[in-house]
Order: sequence, then structure tokens, then C-alpha cells
Amino acid sequence: MAVRTYYTREHEWVRIEDGVAVCGITDYAQTQLGDVVYVELPEVGVQVARDGEAAVVESTKAASDVYAPLTGTIVAVNDRLEESPDLVNESAEDAGWFFRMEVDDEGELDELMDEEGYQAFVEELD
Amino acid sequence: MTGNSHDTVSGDLGLSIEEPLIFEQDSPGALGVDWPEAEAHADRLGGLARSGPIGLPSLAEPTVVRHYTRLSQKNYGIDTGLFPLGSCTMKHNPRLNERMARLPGFADIHPLQPESTVQGALALCREVQRWLTVLTGMPGVALTPGAGAHGELCGMMAIRAALDAGGAANADRRRVLVPDSAHGTNPATAAALGFEVVSIPEDARGRVDPERFEALAGEGGVAAVMLTNPNTCGVFENDIRRIADAVHAAGGYFYCDGANFNAIVGRVRPGDLGVDAMHINLHKTFSTPHGGGGPGSGPVVFSEALAPYAPVPRIVGEDGALRLEEANERAFGRMKAFHGQMGMFVRALAYMMSHGADGLRQVSGDAVLNANYLLRRLEDVYSAPFAHSGPAMHEALFDDRALRDTGVSTLDIAKAMIDEGLHPMTVYFPLVVHGAMLVEPTETETRASLDRFIAIMRGLAERAKDGAPLTEAPFHAPRRRLDETQAARKPVLRWQAEG
Amino acid sequence: MRYLPITGADRSEMLRAIGAPSVDALFSDVPEDALLAEPVDLPRHAGEFEVERRLSRLAARNRAAGAGPFFCGAGSYRHHIPAAVDYLIQRGEFLTSYTPYQPEIAQGTLQYLFEFQTQVCLLTGMEVANASMYDGATAAAEAVMMANRVTRRSKAVVSGNLHPHYRDTAATLARFQGFTLEAGPPVPAGGEDLASRIDGETSCVVVQYPDLFGNVRDFSELAEAAHAKGALLVVVVTEIVALGALRPPGDMGADIVAAEGQSLGNAMGFGGPHLGLFAARTRHMRQMPGRLCGETVDADGRRGYVLTLATREQHIRRERATSNICTNSGLCSLAFTIHLSLLGETGLKRLAALNHAGAVSLADRLGRRVVTPAFFNEFAVRLEGDAAEAVERLAGDGILAGVPVSRLHPGAGLDDLLLVAVTETADADDIEALAEALQ
Repeated sequence: MAVRTYYTREHEWVRIEDGVAVCGITDYAQTQLGDVVYVELPEVGVQVARDGEAAVVESTKAASDVYAPLTGTIVAVNDRLEESPDLVNESAEDAGWFFRMEVDDEGELDELMDEEGYQAFVEELD
Repeated sequence: MTGNSHDTVSGDLGLSIEEPLIFEQDSPGALGVDWPEAEAHADRLGGLARSGPIGLPSLAEPTVVRHYTRLSQKNYGIDTGLFPLGSCTMKHNPRLNERMARLPGFADIHPLQPESTVQGALALCREVQRWLTVLTGMPGVALTPGAGAHGELCGMMAIRAALDAGGAANADRRRVLVPDSAHGTNPATAAALGFEVVSIPEDARGRVDPERFEALAGEGGVAAVMLTNPNTCGVFENDIRRIADAVHAAGGYFYCDGANFNAIVGRVRPGDLGVDAMHINLHKTFSTPHGGGGPGSGPVVFSEALAPYAPVPRIVGEDGALRLEEANERAFGRMKAFHGQMGMFVRALAYMMSHGADGLRQVSGDAVLNANYLLRRLEDVYSAPFAHSGPAMHEALFDDRALRDTGVSTLDIAKAMIDEGLHPMTVYFPLVVHGAMLVEPTETETRASLDRFIAIMRGLAERAKDGAPLTEAPFHAPRRRLDETQAARKPVLRWQAEG
Repeated sequence: MRYLPITGADRSEMLRAIGAPSVDALFSDVPEDALLAEPVDLPRHAGEFEVERRLSRLAARNRAAGAGPFFCGAGSYRHHIPAAVDYLIQRGEFLTSYTPYQPEIAQGTLQYLFEFQTQVCLLTGMEVANASMYDGATAAAEAVMMANRVTRRSKAVVSGNLHPHYRDTAATLARFQGFTLEAGPPVPAGGEDLASRIDGETSCVVVQYPDLFGNVRDFSELAEAAHAKGALLVVVVTEIVALGALRPPGDMGADIVAAEGQSLGNAMGFGGPHLGLFAARTRHMRQMPGRLCGETVDADGRRGYVLTLATREQHIRRERATSNICTNSGLCSLAFTIHLSLLGETGLKRLAALNHAGAVSLADRLGRRVVTPAFFNEFAVRLEGDAAEAVERLAGDGILAGVPVSRLHPGAGLDDLLLVAVTETADADDIEALAEALQ
């Protein structure tokens, strides 16, 4: 069975891989931003609260906050984004991930949207 | 190459000449200034003499003069043509002002000379204060802020100081109400001083809804409102008195962003509208040159309530015995080194004296007349969201609804204007309007210049509808569109020697 | 009115096109009782000659530095400005252009800013520089705030020999932004111990080089001490010509250099406008305040320049910007970069050497009354009486002898100290005249 991906209303995605949550911004979000030129990632070891600011993603014209989809502790960040922020445009929901976190309560996932729900949410925005 | 069928041997085209960096023209041994070698003496540098080369290129004067002349030719200025940059106010810069600022008695004096030797300079500062006081109807003037944004900091710090002086009762007053149409500096300033920014949405008229404002102000904790008037939607906040009353009733202060004071100068005094503090961008209202981004000057006028908190230094004493007061118990502090942008005060005073009370009234009148003229002559081809909210002030605001389905964006129109020999208007500001185009012709354009602008803008709208390749423009500028993504992804912020 | 080209006939036709009866009618949204019916109570318009006459009279009431021997410094310096500088900065395409938001027609401004940033890096020995700040004092205050952001700490340790205006500018921001500034007392002969004041809460140490009293000092050890505690070293320079003769702060381990660039290309002008220089390390680039110009290519692949990393700035970040600054000192940076291009490697070094030579020759004449052991072109002299009174007296004799320390440190018990700056504009006779006068 494929790993399920969950989505927030702020256009982050999250999925649990090997017991750790991998997070990034959605493909829809990257198309809205345009060319991503820089990603400011959190420090490993930092505690983040759900919906709290965890990262910043920048295009040439805008800087947007990226919120933690769940509550927990940052355990890894995607160092490749430092050299190649374009990964976010090319592969937002895979190679362009932002950070991994140990989650305090996986139950929080239930409050997020699934893929279908997110698609419907996005369509309403357009 | 695009747009030219006659290739040249050099790649240069007539007066359009490529110019390498000064570092690429290094000619070791060349000198652009003839200083002799110092006579031999014991060095007292404490063992810290620089060793090795600095890395600066060596060029003779002709090379340097040609370098900067060629660079200047890649720039558009007000001297070149209409510069309708909304909210920035690009008006003619009289050359008399430059000559006056260069008088040795103003340019070649030191800020810390004995006060007895700079009475003329201090008197000039006083005179600038007098003009600003009469024009704004506000009794206090702080001259030292170095630019408009710096003036905002100054005004908001005075407000903080006044609130702090009110003691514990004001401890929780931290909310600053800022309309969404405000300049980015407003929320940046408020946040920099520890205030909480509360945004106020515009209503359908492009104004602050007074009832909504009263409700927000009534929620408590209000330190101030920061309002631009006329606002960046190009209209006058006609409920300004209600807004002022509401913020005062809530125990807060009224900060007015004076960026658009040029629209009302000589006709309306902000002090009569309930304003407590307002910065004045001398370059906008009183035509000190923008200089490609500064230097600016942002004096702040204060109401009776805030004047005591103005920063040091202050000019005190009587004519002939003027002094600089460097410490004052109630002053909130200091904005920068020395006493302000003297060179800009001279230029602004020359401008004010040249216009006089009657001419300044004509300045605002013609600025508003010109903007309304453009608005009426363009509103059938470009959509103007607030065209029926009352007369425009000194700016005409359009959005991009009229461009819908053409595939042409606001940015494309701006870039196509470059090919037409115009500087673009302000685009995508204010943020409250989609694809905003903010046009400010100013009072120093001729009727012919305005009509030419109208004809070009109407023509571009037509071309956009006909599917002309505006998305590629400009073709005829010194450069085509520049890759800002590459610049930001791999920043190269300085020249480096190869290898 | 000579600057206002709309004629009466234009006005009538335009009002007809607008559908308004009068210009006054266009102000109908202004509350009626706030609308002035008549011009305000100020003089009426005046012709060029009249304005020139009135302003020239005011200018004549000031004593220009060129009128006699002149030795004032303390953050604003009199240097010779080559004629080409003032001519070139007055070209209308520079003077009357705007911040280069439309890079296709602003390559002139952008290219010189790129060159300027490079020159500032070379002079200071730093890796990256911005397109300028208001002045040295605001640059120094921004440096402290940047150090606070980088280290996520909020206490700056400030040398007592930092120019008091710089200290007060930073202290004013500290008061409102809630960070701490620990400034020590002035130490005219230099040698204050700063390393011991650094602790785990310190965001930065701020020193001046040369300092207010002209002292020059190697800060390498202080940089190491700061770095060992996780703090940054901020070096302030108020006389940028000094870096033509002295080791650059970057070589000593500075993390941020905040400087006053007025000395190159810009008149003293009673203290403004001046030119803030700001340089830092590449790793902190994104925490820098102010505008940055960067290289890129255009749609045809040709090299060009743009303002970049704008997402740090107020017009995008709004309340989360690194600073609220928007204007820099554009035209002052142009004057600076033209002057430095004219000087070049050899010219700057010779200019700096002349400054130092002049200062040494005056110091030699004054002997043991010189308080500053090692200096560039400025030092403190101990007088027998009150320095401010001496300066006032000498001004009467046609000599502007320098800046009394009491002007900047009133009540600090330093009233007998005089700051004397000797630039290339003081010749041997001027130096002799001052030496005589101070005997």
C-alpha cells in the first residue's frame, strides 16, 4: 500500500515514512509562488508546534511562511535546497521536501486533508 | 539580436555603447588624480600599515569620465522624459537648487565647527522649519531623519515615547492600525518598534470605512493609526476627521504618512485634520533629486502633544545666537550622526522660496488636475477601480481587468512603455488592487507630454487586444528583460578577479 | 511660475475634458472647513536671482572651511573632491533617476552600484557589501540589529571610543526594540579591555577603527574572543580614507563593517547627506539590511544587473522586513565610487600617505601633548585649558582648530582634549599655524 500524503490549508504536505514525518510545500503552492530562489530551513532539534512557523520559501517577489503541519521536533532538513532551490519547482512533493520531524501525536493527521480533499480545496480557490 | 537588421562590427549601435566594468579597464600605472608621494617620515600607524595591493583598478581621468558618461546614458531620468511613477513623485529638479547646495558656505562647513561660525546654516534650518510649520499647521519639526522611512521611525518613536510617558496605563497600547494599501514601510516601521500591526481592509471606494475603523479602534490597546492621505488608491480619505477622532478617543495617536503631501500642499494643513505626526519626503513634495535612490531627507512635523518628544539635536535660541541642543530630558533620542541632511534642506528651501505660497498652491492644483485628466482620458481602455469614488488626487490608479484574456499583464504593459520611450508607472502597488498601475504625472509635465502619454497608453491597450508580442518587451532598451531568478538563486554581488 | 508648464488655456481645456468646473472643485473630498481659501502666510514666488541672493546671504554668514587653516574631523572630513566627480554626478540621467526598479533602463545606476559594492569589499576586506545606508551612524545601528538577528541574542558590547552620535543612534533603537547596549566610558589613550565584557549573551562587540580619539588597534584577538563566545565583531570606520593606509578590518576577523564613506567624493555639508557603507560575510548575506545589486543576464544572454534578494526588504516583507530602510544614499555612493575610480590603487594609497604624513608632522610639533599613541590622520591633544574655549578663540583668529571632545562627551571630564584631523587639504603653513597657536 502506498504511503498516504496529507495536506494542510496552508498548502503544506506531510507523510509518514519510517516513523518520521516528511514535510514540504505542495505542487500547487510552488506554481503559485513561481521560481523559488531560496528556502530558509529550521534548525535540527528545534521544537515546532502545529501551524507554527517552521520555514520560509522565497521567490523573487515574495517570501512566504511555511508552517509545521504537525507538532514535533525537527530531525532533518533537506540540505540540497540550499544549492538547488529549483528542486521545489521541479519536484515539490518529493525531492523538494523541506524537513523531517518526529511527531508528538500522529492523531493530528486525522485533522488534515487527504489528496482528494486537497484537490477539491484547491479547485475552490481557483 | 532583436529589432535591428544592421549588425555592426563592434556590436555597439550608434549611441548605444557597451561599457565594461571599471575593474576590466585596469591600466596599471595610469592615474586619475595627481597626488605627490608623501615625504619620508616615521610612521605612527602602530604596526598596522596595510601590506599588499587593495585591488583597485588604475584609470586616467578621460577613461573615468567616459565610463560614467556611458553608464549615465543607460539610465532614464526625469530629464529624459515623463516619469509617471505613482507614489514616488518624479517631478522636475530645478538646477538652481543644485547650485545653492554647492555654495561653499553650505557645502564646505563642518557639522562640529563652533556654532558662532555656522549661524547662517542654523538660520537656514530654522527657515525650513518655519515653512514646514506654516504649510502643515503643526508646531514641531524634527529635521534629522535621513529619508521618508527614517522619518516614519522618528514619528513612531515619538508616539512610543509619549505613550511610555503616560506610564502603566499605556503599557498594553501596542496595536497600530494600518490600511492594506499602505506603503510597506508603514508596517515594517511599526513592527520594528515592537508594535502589533493590525491591518484595515479598504472598502469599495478605496478608502478606510469609518465605521469599521471605529469598531477596530474600540477594541482597545490602540497606540496609533498610520494613514496615508491622499491614500495610495489615489483618493482623499474624506472621513479623515472621524478617523482622527476615533483614534484619539481610543487614546492613540494619528500618524500620517506624508508621502503624498504634494497633492495638498498649500491647500490643506494636516494639522487641521487631527494629525499628530507626519513625515515629509523632501524629494517628493519639495523636489530634492532622487539621485537613483537617495540621499533622501524626511523631516517630521509634530502636534503640540508630540513635539516635546522630538529627537535631538534641536535648534534653539534667537537669530544670530542660534545653538544646537544636544540633550533634552523628554527627547526620545537621536536618529543619526550630526544634524540632518543639510544639503537637502538648502535644495528644498530654494524650491519653496521659488514657488512661494502662491506657487505651492498651484503645484498641488496642477498635480491633481493632470492626474484627473489622465484618468478621464484612459478609463475607457484601462479599468479604474476607484474612478467614481470622487475626484482623483495626484495619482490615477488602474487595475488589470481590462487586460483580462489578452495574455498581456501589467508588467508587459510596463515593459512595452520602455520601448515607447516612457518610464513605466508604479506597478503591482498598492497591493489591494489586482495588477495595479499607479500613474502620477506630477505638475511639471506639459499638456503635450500628457497627451503623448495618453496616446501611447491607448495604443498599447489596443495592441494588447490585437495580440502584439508585448510579453517580450522591451526590445529597444539597453537591456532586454533581466533574469531575476538567476540573480537571486546564485547571488553575484561583486566583481571577482579571474582565477 | 517657471517650473509649472500648464497654462491657463490648458487648464480650461483639461477641466472641460474632466467635467469639473474648477481646480478647486477637484478637492471636494477634503472637509470643507479644512480647505484653505487663500495661499498660506508665506512669501510669494520668487525668481532665480532673488532666491540666489537670499540664500547666498545666508551662506555668507557661515565660515567655509576653505577660508583658513582647518582641522575638524570626528566623523566628517574635508578632502579634496576632483572636479570630474561633481560634474558627473550632476548628469541628469544620474541626478534625476529613481531607485532602479526597472533594470532595463537603469543599467547605469545598477552597474555603478555593482562596482561600488566591489570597491567597498576591497577597501574593508569583506566579502559582500550593500548599496549604501543613510550614514555611518545608522549603518552601525543596523549592524547591531543584524548581529542580533544572526546570533539570536540581544546584548551589544560597545566600545567607549565609538563616536557618541553612533552610540546614541543605536541606543535609541535599542530602547524601542528592546535590546541592550552596554557602552563603556571613553578611554582617550586607547587600550580598553573589551574581551572580558563578552559573555554568552553577547550578540556583538562594536569597536571603531580608527576610534574617536584616532587610536588604531589590531582587533584580531578581540575577534577571536568574540567568536569563541558566539558573538560577532562589528568594526565601525568613520574615516574611510584610513583604509588606504591601514590593514582592513576584514583581515582582523570582522564580521560586519559599518562605515562612513563621506570622505570620498562628498562634501562635509554641515554633516549631511553622508554615506553609510555596510559590508559583511557571505554567510550572513541574507540577514543584511538595505539594497543589494547583483549580476545576471538578460533575455538575449547579455550581462546585466538587477536589485536582488529583495525579499529581505520592507516592500515585500512588510512587517517582517530586516529593516524599514528603502532609500540608500544613491548619489553619494556615485560620488564615492567616481572619486575612488579616479584615485585608483596608487592614488588612494598616496592620498592616505599624505594624510598620515601631515598628521605625523603636526603630532611631532606638539610632542607629548598628543594623547593618541598610534593614529592615522586624527588624534587627541591635551590643552592647558578648556578646549572649546580655545577653539572659539582660534576661530576668531581664522583657524578652525578641531573638535573639542566636550562637544561630543560633555561632562565626561575631558574638557581639555581637542580632536585634530589633518587631511591633505592642510598644507605645511596651516600645520605650522596650528602648532604655533596651540603653543
